[in-house]
Amino acid sequence: MTAAHAAGSNSLASGPASKRVYVGYGFWIFILSDMVMFSAFFAAFAVLADATAGGPGGRQLFNLTNVAWETACLLLSSFACGMASIAAASRNVLWFHLAMAVTFVLGAAFLGLELKEFAGLAADGAGPQRSAFLSAFFTLVGCHGLHITAGLLWLLTMMAQVVAKGFRADILRRILCFTLFWHALDIIWVAIFTVVYLMEKIP
Amino acid sequence: MSAVHDTPATGAGIDLAPGEERLDGSGVAQGVRGYLIGLVLAAVLTAASFYFCFSGLIYGPAIPAALVALAAAQMGVHLVFFLHLTTGPDNTNNALALAFGVLIVTLVIGGSLWIMAHLNHNMAPMSQLMDMQR
Repeated sequence: MTAAHAAGSNSLASGPASKRVYVGYGFWIFILSDMVMFSAFFAAFAVLADATAGGPGGRQLFNLTNVAWETACLLLSSFACGMASIAAASRNVLWFHLAMAVTFVLGAAFLGLELKEFAGLAADGAGPQRSAFLSAFFTLVGCHGLHITAGLLWLLTMMAQVVAKGFRADILRRILCFTLFWHALDIIWVAIFTVVYLMEKIP
Repeated sequence: MSAVHDTPATGAGIDLAPGEERLDGSGVAQGVRGYLIGLVLAAVLTAASFYFCFSGLIYGPAIPAALVALAAAQMGVHLVFFLHLTTGPDNTNNALALAFGVLIVTLVIGGSLWIMAHLNHNMAPMSQLMDMQR
């Protein structure tokens, strides 16, 4: 009993987890559940990859130069987001806004390249209604694009909140969650460019 | 029981939020260095993926496996250098949650591919099934 009591008081010395830890942890759980949702879309795409219904397949449709640019934009955007989190940790407003602006521009460039690709496919009669393969493609890649769009809006919100409220503890927690979100989207993109684009193009 | 007391009081046992890094000394320079290493490794692995897809250096049927291995490695680089995930005691919860996520993702993707491959293999062609319905 005494030992248990001592153990209890000892763990109290380090204290309950801070709000930053459990807010971040809760958001980490959300991100992992988001990955589980994406895994269902990946599974659907992998199963339907050959179901082109006589229509064009990935080999004819995909332009890897475009994909390489998209990948570069998102990777550099993830790096800039890391710089923003360091700036936030050292409470540097100027560097924070600079890094977040770079993150935004690169993320928006990614989104622009993706929309250009989607518009081109739709114009060539290879829209989501053409075949099960294209439905799965647009669902998976479009869902990632929607996440990026939401992330860009969140990014602007965080910049505005830092201007309006400064590096308050709650704002810093939101910045932590945003960086988790943005890095996670880059991880999902790694799976997309490998499974969706490169696998389809293997000679 | 006494094992509980082994955690030093220096704070090494206190949990870290996911994505957070414990920096000692020159925080900013050390932090930037970590992200730079991650960026270079990720860029190299991405370039390798695009290169090996067409280079002919890899035996044809093995290219998918090589691409999956490179992607897994790059995801690991992102987790370590961008999300600062470690196996240290301050990251136990974060790493265990990730492990569970990876388990579910593996079951969903692997299970779907496995089942659907066997379905395609064992089922009569759709035209015959349609005839049976008549």
